[in-house]
Amino acid sequence: MCTTCGCGSGEVKIDGHDHHHGEDHEHGHEHVHADGTRHSHGHSHDGDHAHDHDHAHPHVHADGTQHSHDHDHHHDHGHGAGHDHQHRYAPVHSHAAPAHSHAPGVSARRMVQIEQDILAKNNAYAKQNRERLAERGIFALNLVSSPGSGKTTLLCKTIEMLKGCRAVAVIEGDQQTSQDAERIRATGAPAIQINTGKGCHLDAHMVGHAMEKLALAEDSLLAIENVGNLVCPAAFDLGEAHKVVILSVTEGEDKPIKYPDMFRAASLMLLNKCDLLPYLSFKVDAAIDFARRVNPTIQVLQVSATTGQGMDAWLDWIEVGAGETATKKLATVDALKRRVAELEARLAAR
Amino acid sequence: MHEMSLAEGVLQVIEDAARAQEFSRVTAVWLEIGQLSGVEVEAMKFCFDAVVRDSLAEGARLEIIATPGSGWCMQCSKSVPMTEVFGECPDCGSHQMQVTGGTEMRVKELEVA
Repeated sequence: MCTTCGCGSGEVKIDGHDHHHGEDHEHGHEHVHADGTRHSHGHSHDGDHAHDHDHAHPHVHADGTQHSHDHDHHHDHGHGAGHDHQHRYAPVHSHAAPAHSHAPGVSARRMVQIEQDILAKNNAYAKQNRERLAERGIFALNLVSSPGSGKTTLLCKTIEMLKGCRAVAVIEGDQQTSQDAERIRATGAPAIQINTGKGCHLDAHMVGHAMEKLALAEDSLLAIENVGNLVCPAAFDLGEAHKVVILSVTEGEDKPIKYPDMFRAASLMLLNKCDLLPYLSFKVDAAIDFARRVNPTIQVLQVSATTGQGMDAWLDWIEVGAGETATKKLATVDALKRRVAELEARLAAR
Repeated sequence: MHEMSLAEGVLQVIEDAARAQEFSRVTAVWLEIGQLSGVEVEAMKFCFDAVVRDSLAEGARLEIIATPGSGWCMQCSKSVPMTEVFGECPDCGSHQMQVTGGTEMRVKELEVA
């Protein structure tokens, strides 16, 4: 998918199951036979699968006689690839055109106004995710960083400290392996692993599917650990309340200006591994200054997931956000209840 | 930044439009790319050519409309031009800037046949 990291699409797995995305899940198509007859049919599907369908169509022979017959098709779909058709009966005709033959358009050139955002599809899925989360009062965070900043350790510690206060579920994104999800599950929290294959970031469609599979509790915290990458995940809204960028003090303090898009997209920067500061030349003030140059409103907390230093402030930050999300849900529920009461009163008055 | 994904996004927009507006061939595509969007125009052109191969937009000309970056300087309380997301105000030198324009990534129009 990405020229910088050379990754591609089509290898996404959610907890080990193949998942293809970015394809239309409903389509119709037309077949053109050698004799010129056309027939079309539509079908919908999700994921890789095989299906059968029946249809009848007439044939016109060279001598002008006409006959129709029924037959069954068996389709195997690999999304993004062509369709293989197997006729259960010996084919009496051949397909003269490729599986998708589009109706001929007008030949004259014309201009078409589009005015659509390139990421419109992802953003539509993100909006859907956001609505589903809001309905259930779930506070979702998208955790982004370079590989090795300590995201998973920080999450494990966070889950441990929130035990008994707030339910947490985790979506783990990595190119390969389910090691991180296993580490999270060991803390007792439900976790699902998305393997992006060659993909360099999670997108809202993958996250929507993962959300369906996770048993998300009302008013809980959903932590989405993105693929370790400070570039691509910046542009992909997953439906989260906030992006939280984690910068460990073993990295360079100038990362915010080297990778400005990510630091601009984040609401909070966690400076992790702060217990190591005495051994390093990392300048905390310079790092914060660089981050604020890119994003004047970014909040900063200094933490160490290993020693627990600063973790209380991070948990407080989560609690404020989660509390607001739950309150908003209640306000919506109350508003709906009032509306129901109002409508019932009107109905009773009739 | 991730021009391959973006090029795939462009092709999706084109394919959706082709279904809705019934055209079967695209000969030129105009993209509006903001100066602060993080998109590398040369990489975008390269990826676009690769992605549209064997599609209805194969060989289509890609035209980029670059939109200038702008920001709001919190010190001067006014809108100023910006060339980098971490840029400084050209008047007062402050980094207290909020990006207000130039982050667009849009498919603007198509020439179709």
